Amino acid sequence: MGFQILLHIGIVIILSPLLLGIIGKTKAFFAGRWGAPLLQPYYDIGKLLRKGNVYSTTTTWIFQAAPIVSLAAVLVSSILIPMGGLKAPFSFWGDIILFAGLYALARFFIIIAALDTGSSFEGMGASREAAFSCLAEIVLFLDFIILALLSKKLILSEMIMRNILSWELFGPVLLLVVASYFLVLLTENARIPIDDPATHLELTMIHEVMVLDHSGWDLAYILYGAAIKLFVLGALLVNILIPFHGLPAIVQFMVFWGGMIILAIGLGIVESCMARLRLNRVPQLLTGAFVLALVGLLIILVKGV
Amino acid sequence: MEQKEFHARNGQSWELNQIPILEESSFRQKILEGCHHNLRLVNLYAQQDENRNIKVFAILGNDQEGRLTVFAMQIPHDQALFQSLTSELPQAHMFEREMAEQFAIAPIGHPWLKPVRYHQNYRNVSDLWPEVSSKSIPGVYPFYRVNGEEVHEVAVGPVHAGIIEPGHFRFQCHGEEILNLEIQLGYQHRGIEKVMENVSVERAVLLAESIAGDSVIGHATAYCNIIESLSDCEISPRAEAIRSIALELERLSNHIGDLGALSTDIGFLPPSAYFGRLRGEFLNLLMELSGNRYGRSLCRPGGVLFDLDEGMIKNFRERLLIAQRDLKEISDLFFSKSSVLSRLEGTGIVSKKTAKELGLVGPVARASGLGLDVRSDYAFGMYRFNYIPVSTVHSGDVYARALIRWLESQRSIEFLLDVLNQIPEGDLQTKVSVLKPNHMALSMIEGWRGEIVHVAMTDSNSRVVRYKIKDPSFSNWMGLSMAVRGVQISDFPLCNKSFNLSYAGHDL
Repeated sequence: MGFQILLHIGIVIILSPLLLGIIGKTKAFFAGRWGAPLLQPYYDIGKLLRKGNVYSTTTTWIFQAAPIVSLAAVLVSSILIPMGGLKAPFSFWGDIILFAGLYALARFFIIIAALDTGSSFEGMGASREAAFSCLAEIVLFLDFIILALLSKKLILSEMIMRNILSWELFGPVLLLVVASYFLVLLTENARIPIDDPATHLELTMIHEVMVLDHSGWDLAYILYGAAIKLFVLGALLVNILIPFHGLPAIVQFMVFWGGMIILAIGLGIVESCMARLRLNRVPQLLTGAFVLALVGLLIILVKGV
Repeated sequence: MEQKEFHARNGQSWELNQIPILEESSFRQKILEGCHHNLRLVNLYAQQDENRNIKVFAILGNDQEGRLTVFAMQIPHDQALFQSLTSELPQAHMFEREMAEQFAIAPIGHPWLKPVRYHQNYRNVSDLWPEVSSKSIPGVYPFYRVNGEEVHEVAVGPVHAGIIEPGHFRFQCHGEEILNLEIQLGYQHRGIEKVMENVSVERAVLLAESIAGDSVIGHATAYCNIIESLSDCEISPRAEAIRSIALELERLSNHIGDLGALSTDIGFLPPSAYFGRLRGEFLNLLMELSGNRYGRSLCRPGGVLFDLDEGMIKNFRERLLIAQRDLKEISDLFFSKSSVLSRLEGTGIVSKKTAKELGLVGPVARASGLGLDVRSDYAFGMYRFNYIPVSTVHSGDVYARALIRWLESQRSIEFLLDVLNQIPEGDLQTKVSVLKPNHMALSMIEGWRGEIVHVAMTDSNSRVVRYKIKDPSFSNWMGLSMAVRGVQISDFPLCNKSFNLSYAGHDL
C-alpha cells in the first residue's frame, strides 16, 4: 500500500500544474495570443522555490504554517480518489467526511493566516472566502449524500465506481450532481466567473488577496496546493461524469486522462466566454447550485433507489 | 450699479486692463448668479500682482453660445482671506482649495479645506497647513472617518499592484459597501505651473507635453494655441488639420485602451486582447505621423513639425477603414455579452444633477447626460470646419462611460476619414513673434479626458507671469468619489477604470 500511495501522490505532484498550463493555453487561444508556455506553472513554482521568504513582523507562526498545512491537506485528499485504472490507495467507511474536512482544514489555515497579517485587504478576502465556501460546502455534501444513496456506500472511491450502474437508472440525478459540483469546483478553485485568478486588483479578489503577503517557497506551496486542489476536485468530477469503471485498465487510463485534459480545456473555454460575476451575485450562483443538488436529492428520496 | 462685462472666445487674447475688477461681494454674486443660469465655472485661479496683492480671476463659460466671461477681484496681501463659494457652488471646491494652497489665502467657510498637492505657497508667507507642507506627505493628513460597528477602513496605495500612478484611496466601508471614499493625491507634484513662468518657449512646450503622459497632443496644442494667440500668429489650415488628426488619434488610442482595460477588469479576456491590439494600431499611426507613439514633438508653437504626404494619407485611410471594421466587431462582442452588461450596468452611477453640480467635464459628463464638448461648444482649430456630433448617454453608470468611449471612437474615425479626404494646403510652420505685453490668453481643448484649459498672462516686459493649467482630471476626481458611494468595494476598480483619470494631470 505504501508504494501505491507514493505512486498516487507522485502522479498528482508531477501532473497537477499541467492542468493550469492547459487552461492558460486555452484562454490565450481564445484571446488570439500564443500565451505563456504550457509548462509555465512549473517554472513559476520552481522560481518561487529558489527564493527566500519575507515575513512581516506582525505575523506569527500561523502565517508560516499555513502554506505547508494546506499543501499537505490537499495532497492527503488525493489518495482518497481513484485515477483512471489506479484504485484509491487508501479508503475507509465515511472517508467522504475526511475528504471535505481536509479542504476545510486547508482553508481554515489560509484564512487565519490572512487574518494574521492584519492587512485590511486580506481581512476582506478572508471574509469573502469564508462566506462563499460555507455555501459551497453544503452543495458538496448534498452531492456526496446523493452519490451515497445511489451506491449505498459511504466510501468515496466506491461511491464513484458504482456510477456505471447509476447512469442508466439515474442519469438526470447524476447530471444535477455534475452541474452543481461543477459550480463548487469553480468556486473552490477561484476560477472565473466566481473569482479571477489573473487579476491584479486587490479589492476584487477573493482567494488571491488572502495570499498577498506570502512569498518565496511559502507562495510556491500555496500555488502548488491550488494546482493540486484543482487536479483532485477535477479528477472527482471526471470520475463522476464518465462511467468507465470496470472497463479494461488501459481504457480506464485513457478515458480518465483524456477526460482531465478535456476538463481543463473546458474550464479555459468557460473562462474565455464570460466576464466575472459581480461579487454579490456569487452567493446567488451558489444558491442555484444548492437548489440543483437539492432537486437531485428529492428525486431520489421520492422515487427511491 | 451697471457693471461692464468682458466676454472672450476660446483661443483669444486680450489686454489685461479690459478685465473688470469687482468688489468681493459682486464677484461672488456674479459667479453664483451666472452658475445658477446656465453658466459653468471653467476656471478660478489667483495671481499675485507686482504690489504683492492677490487677484482672483473667474472664467465662466456659456456652453450654448461658446462665450467666456472673465472678471476678477482683488484681495489685499495683508488680509489674505475671502468668502468661500463652495458651500453654495460645489464646483468651486477644488479651485478654492488650490488657491488656498498656492497663495495662502483662506476661503472662509470652505467645508472641506484640505491641501491639494502639499507644497509651500508661492508668496513666501506662512502656509494654511504648516504641519502638512513642511513634512513628507503621508501620515499627517486628516482623513474623514466613519465610526461604528462593522465599519472598517481600507487604505489603498499610493503604491499600487498594477502599473498605474501613485495616489492614496481611503475607503470607509460597511461590510462590502463603500460609505465614503477620500482620494488623496499630490504625489506627482512637479510644480509645472511655476516652471512654465521661468522657461523659454522651446522648453515650455516640452513641459506642456509632460503634464499628463497620455494627453500629450491635448496639452501641447493648448500651450501652442496660447503662444500663438499671445503673439498674433495665425497657423496654416494644414497645421490645424494635422493637429486635429493627432488629437483624434490620441483620443482613439486612449478610449479603446480604456475599453480593453474595462474588459480586463471584469475578467473577460478576448476583447481585452483585441482592444489592446487595436489601441496599438492607433498608436502606430500616431508614431508614423510624429515619430512617437504618444505624439511627442509634433505640436510646436507656430504649427507642427511633421507633414503627411499623399502616400501616407492613402495608407492612413486604408488602415482606419480596417480599424473601423475591427472596432465594430469587437465592440459588438463586448457590448452584447450579458455577463459584461450585468457588471457594467447600474454600477457607479453619477446623476446628471451631481455631474452638473460638481462641474464634471469630458466623456464622464457626457455619460451622465451633460452635452459638454469643447469641440462643438467652443470650437477650435479644425473643428470650426469639420463638425463632430456630441455623443451623450444618460444612465451615468460604468456602462454609459464605456459606451460613450465606443460612440466617440466611431465619431473620431469618421472625422479622421473626412479630414484625411480633403486635407488643406499650407505651410507647416509659421513664425512666432514676441509675446504681447500685459495680455491674457485662454485656450480650451477637448482632450480625450475632457476639457483642458490653459491660461497665460504676460507682464509689461512680455514675460509670462502666470500660467494656469487645468487638466480635466482636476474637475473629475470628485466625480469618482461620488460615483462609488454605496457601491460594492469590489466594484471600485471598475468604476475607477471607467473614469481613468490622470494623477499627474491633477498634481501638475
